[in-house]
This record gives sequence, structure tokens and C-alpha cells, in this order.
Amino acid sequence: MDTAKVEAIITKHNGDATALLAIMQDIQAEENYLPRDAVEHVAKKLGIPISRIYSMATFFESFHLEPRGKHICTVCMGTACHVRGAQRLVEQLERDLKVMSGGTSEDGLFTLEEVNCVGACALGPLVIIDGKYHGNTTSAKISKVVTGMQKEEGGK
Amino acid sequence: MMARINSAKELQAYRDEVVKKVKAAGKKEVAVCCGTGCQAYGAKDVVAAFQEEIKKQGLGDKVEIKPTGCHGFCERGTLVLMHPEKQLYQRVQPEAVAEIVEKTIKNGEIIEEHLYDNPTTGEKHKLESEIPFYANQKRLILSNNGEIDPTSIDDYIAHGGYLGLAKSIEMGAEKTIEEVKAAKLRGRGGGGFPAGIKWEMAAKQEADQKYIICNADEGDPGAFMDRSILEGNPLAVIEGMTIAALATGADTAYVYVRYEYPLAIERLNIALGQAREMGFLGENILGSGKNFDVKINKGGGAFVCGEETALIRSIEGRTGIPKPKPPFPAESGVFGKPTNINNVETYANVPGILREGAKWFTSMGTENSSGTKIFSLVGKVNNTGLVEVEMGMKLRDIVFDIGGGVPNGRKFKAVQTGGPSGGCLPESKLDLKVDFDSLTSEGSMMGSGGMIVMDDQTCMVDVCKYFLGFLKFESCGNCTTCREGLRRLHELVSQICDGKGDENTIPLIEELCETVQKGSLCALGTTGVNPVLSTLKYFRDEYEAHIKDKKCPAGVCKELITYEVTDACTGCLVCKKRCPENCISGEKKQKHVIDTDKCIKCGICMDACKFDAIRIY
Repeated sequence: MDTAKVEAIITKHNGDATALLAIMQDIQAEENYLPRDAVEHVAKKLGIPISRIYSMATFFESFHLEPRGKHICTVCMGTACHVRGAQRLVEQLERDLKVMSGGTSEDGLFTLEEVNCVGACALGPLVIIDGKYHGNTTSAKISKVVTGMQKEEGGK
Repeated sequence: MMARINSAKELQAYRDEVVKKVKAAGKKEVAVCCGTGCQAYGAKDVVAAFQEEIKKQGLGDKVEIKPTGCHGFCERGTLVLMHPEKQLYQRVQPEAVAEIVEKTIKNGEIIEEHLYDNPTTGEKHKLESEIPFYANQKRLILSNNGEIDPTSIDDYIAHGGYLGLAKSIEMGAEKTIEEVKAAKLRGRGGGGFPAGIKWEMAAKQEADQKYIICNADEGDPGAFMDRSILEGNPLAVIEGMTIAALATGADTAYVYVRYEYPLAIERLNIALGQAREMGFLGENILGSGKNFDVKINKGGGAFVCGEETALIRSIEGRTGIPKPKPPFPAESGVFGKPTNINNVETYANVPGILREGAKWFTSMGTENSSGTKIFSLVGKVNNTGLVEVEMGMKLRDIVFDIGGGVPNGRKFKAVQTGGPSGGCLPESKLDLKVDFDSLTSEGSMMGSGGMIVMDDQTCMVDVCKYFLGFLKFESCGNCTTCREGLRRLHELVSQICDGKGDENTIPLIEELCETVQKGSLCALGTTGVNPVLSTLKYFRDEYEAHIKDKKCPAGVCKELITYEVTDACTGCLVCKKRCPENCISGEKKQKHVIDTDKCIKCGICMDACKFDAIRIY
């Protein structure tokens, strides 16, 4: 990651170590994950051990240590979605995207993730693809959406 | 540039002016629900279509389109509510907008097809208040969501906003705390601890710095009321926090909000900006001589951070691991300073209590649980959405009268309350009056208000496994009993689901539950065994069916079920085409057969079949 960008984020938070969570979030918002060089730079600047950043990054679910795909598919696994069959959606997407949940497809196009609950329980089961909510979905419907996206990507 | 309000008197004058202006303009207000649910149905396109049509028809000076927060009835989105008569159109699509403007808004004609049709009586209802989903609620907080533009502080003030703060300043800190205590306002985040007592404790501390925290880390899966309040009426929460701050002597607040709630964060930021500009935040608030401001912290996504001491550590820039109490946050909270922490819904109740008085608040609800509670009524229920009811309402009335019962003619089995710390209550408990104490006494919990309905196709052992999977993942790892105990419990329950349980499994589970309960520091462990204990208590026969008969009566646990094509099959080939394993055979117009050896039990054939010809046995 560009050092100047990391610097700008640290400055925005006044180089304050208590704002570490926010600094990490801002870096991830830029890069979609936490690159090693950025982590090292933050540790040095804030005067804290690298291990503290990694302990935060692995404790909090929102952080990723590997680059993620171009498209992010998130399946909500909240209770309401669970009783309406969210697990089937994960299995369907694993088959369609040829990737296990939590992973990124080989071509780097799709990342499949699960989330505990996105708070849109009335729409369950639901999948969020690149920020768009696909509510009250089924394995057939969501399969159509992602295979459509795959075709579009393949056509380019 | 907005005017700065320096006193209660100026606030009243400003409010009169805003109300007068709105009246003089005489515009018809059309509120379009733009909550997360309705947005997923395309509410933003509906708003855009309305705005375009209004412009096209030259009605700009007669009609105001108001995108609002969540109206609660997510099942029927996009919702369009026409004021002042509160006539409701449901499932509105952008294509229908032109006709609605032409017929209803211009000429007052009703378009039947957009009205709510009651599935039980077949009746069509014109007004929001006639629909059973709304008629049986008591919407103190949620009703504002359908009235107020969440991005307009003027609108908030016109609806009585900041009158509570003005009253509180007039009363002084001590009397404010007395009022909140008298109202018996209990924490809506789960614990149900009296807010007034928390405030009093924080107020009594001598310190150079005190803090306020709003816990908006709504982590219970199946609950989304805090999200909807923040999105639909952020200023109510900010006003509640301001009252708490001035009463306890704090000058800085943190809102710790989930990163999954971007719209809530956006709305909070807009509201904070407007409140600062008008002097409701900053220095010398309403001439009180007191200062206060609010910062937003985005959560990192850890369920345990809903626990107050873990949340505080997270605000300090560390991992969210709970600490033993005492000291309580009121004594030693953020950076070791006295801190008052309440959740979103609790703060949202505060302005009303100050404005209308404690007596008004205690006139609702039960002896020890006053006021209302918002529940997210979801799962296997017809009318999913957010409902706000008086404490003490029967579970049955919530699930059946408001929720409209279980869909597709299935049978009600259980209702789960309180998230991963709560329990599953069976049909025999449906007459339970819902409040903090009654739910706890039956082995469940109020929690933050998730209410997940389950039918006969929900396996209670699987639900138990689900919660244990959730909790073992979310355990911070600090206490061995929680970290290891939940893991072992998950293994044991998974064994039962896989048909590998024996007569020793349940006794072992029960013993382990006791250990986890006794040996864990925070509620994640101590109440985390509630889903296990409550399902064992009320649905033991289902566990036994898995163990003794190696059957899953609900047809969920894969290892114990088999898919089969019944005689209802018309031979349409749809399931055969869709099967990912190519294990369905059969010719056109002939009954198909599933090769059970190859079948992976994905359920796609069942979803695809239009003739209900696939069954699980």
C-alpha cells in the first residue's frame, strides 16, 4: 500500500493509538484487506508492537489479511436466515463459485463470506452481493444472479 | 446556516415557527419507507419515481415526498404512507407511482390493489391503524419513524424533539435522574438493569472527566431494532444521550455502532452535524452552561463487544475482552473514568419520559417492566418486521395477532427470544406475558428483542447446534470454561445431529452446561447455555428421536434424512435438470426417482418442484 495513503490515515486520527481500530478500518476500506506493509508502518508510527495490530485484526471479524475478490458475496447466517435455509444458499454459492465459504475464487473475481447477522432479518434468507441486498432469496434465484455475473466477467 | 438555539424559550419559538411554516405551506406529506428492508425492494426508485411524477404534474408546491426510516412492516415493502389520514399502500413498485399520484394524491381515489389485504378475513384495509399488524401495537418510538425525515432536525423539532432536553435542564440533574428512576426505565439491550440507578451511580462519582456510551453494537442475530431507530430517528438517541450526559456530568460520548450498519452511521453523522449547528451539542447547550459532544466509533465485528466492559476496551483501541465487575463502568469505564452506558432503544425512550413524565411511562407495561419494547418478529411468521408492544403482552398475541401466525399452513413449534443468550419457548408457554422477569423465569431472556418464530420444519437440535456454533466462534477465549466448554458442547450436539449420539450424550451435555454457566466471567458463557438448556427442557423428545430412532422429525439434519419422490410427481423433468449431482432419473411424464446413494441432500429438487412431490423421511 502507498505509504502516503497510510500516513494520511494516521494523520487523520492524530496518530492516536486509541484510534487503532478506526485506522485499521480506514486502511481496509482503501485496500479491501490489511496489507502487511501498511500494518508495519502503522505499528512503527504509533509506537506499538505489530502483534497488537494482528491481535486486533484476528479478534475482530471485519478484518481480512488476504486480498479479497473483485465481487464480495456475503451470506447472512443470522437466526432468522438460518431457520429459512441460509445454509443451502452457502452450499449453492460454494458450488457455483467453486470456492469454499471464506475463500476467494482462483480467478480472484469472487469472495464468498458468511456474516452473523446484517440486521435485515425480515428479508431472510439473504445474500449481499457488492452491497446490494438480495432478500427472500432461494438457491435457484441467487444462483442465477452469480452465474449471470460470472458470464459477464467471462465475456469481457 | 441554521439558527442557534440558546434557551428553552427560543426552542419553543423556533418550534412554533417551523410548525407554522409547515401548516402555511399546506403540503400533503407522502412518507416512503426507506428502511433497509424497503430499500432492498427498491424504495429509492419509488422515491425517485414520486419526485419525478410530482414535478411532471406540477404538484411541487402541494405535495412533499418524504423518505423516512423503517415503518416496521418489512414483509409488505415498499410502504407508502399518506398523511395526515395515514392511508397505507403496500408493495408499491416504481411503475405504480404515476397512477398513485394521478388518482390518489390528486383526486383522493383509492386504488384497491395497493391496499393491505387481510389474509385471514379477506378484508382490504385503507388505513394503517386498521391493519392488525399495526392495530395491536403501541408504537411510542417506532411511530416517529413513519413521520420524521431522519435528515431534518426541523422535522424532529416539529414533532416535539428537544422538548425533553429543555425540560431536563429546567429540572436540573438530580430531578432528571429521579424522573428516570421513577419511570422504571430498564435497559433495552438485554440485561434490563434500571437506567436511572446507573445514571445515579455515574453522577455520584467525583472525576475530572466522565463519559457516555451508546451501545449500538447490536450483535444478537435476529434483532435489528437499534439499526432502525438509528436510521429512522437518530436525533431521539442523541437527545437521550444529551439528557444522560447533562444529568451525570459527562461531556463526551461515544456511539459504538456496528460496521455492518453504514446507513445508520451516515444518518448519525448528518444528525450530529445539524445538532451542533443549532447548539444542541457543543458548548453551553440551551443556556445550561454545560458542554457535550458525541463521537462515533465503528465496531470491529465481535459479538462479545455488546458486553459493556468489552465494548469499553474496544473503544480504547484494544481487543474486546470483558473485565470482572465491579468496578462497574459507572465507577471506572472508558480510560478509567466514570462512564454511563445504555443501548440505543433505552436512550430513545428518554426524551419521551422527560417530556411526558414518569407517570405517563409507568402507565404502560407491567409493574416491574414499564413502557414498551420493540421486537423483531422474524423467521417462520407471516408478518415479519419490527413491532413495538406494551410490556406484558402475551407471546401468543404478538406471534398470532400481530404476526399473523405461521405461513404455508405449517404448525407453530417454538419462539426463540433473547438471541444466543436466550431460549426457545414452546406452544405451552404462548400465554406468557412478555416482560424482563417472566422470560427469564422460563429459561429465556428479553435480550435485545429478537423474536424468531419456528415451525414444525425447524429442528430444535439443529437450532441448538446453530447457537453453539455461533457462540464458540464468538467466545473471546478468556475463560477456559467458555472457550473450551462451548466448543465441546457444539461437538456433542453435532454428534446428535449426525446420528452419533448415545444415552450418555445428554447427561454429559447437561453437566457441561453447568460448568460453563458457573465458570465463565461474562454473559456470553453464563447465559450462552440457555439455548441448550431450554431446548432440552421443552423439546427433549426431539433430541431423543435423533439419538434413539436416528431420525430428525423436522427433516433438517442431513445425516438422518432421505429425499424421495412421491406419487404427486408429474414427470416434468424440472428437478432432474436442476439436480447438481445428476442423481434424479426418469422420463417425461413418468415418476422420477432419486438415487439416494448419490444424493447430497441439498434440497434443490424440493425447492424446484412445483407439485410438492418431493418429501423427506
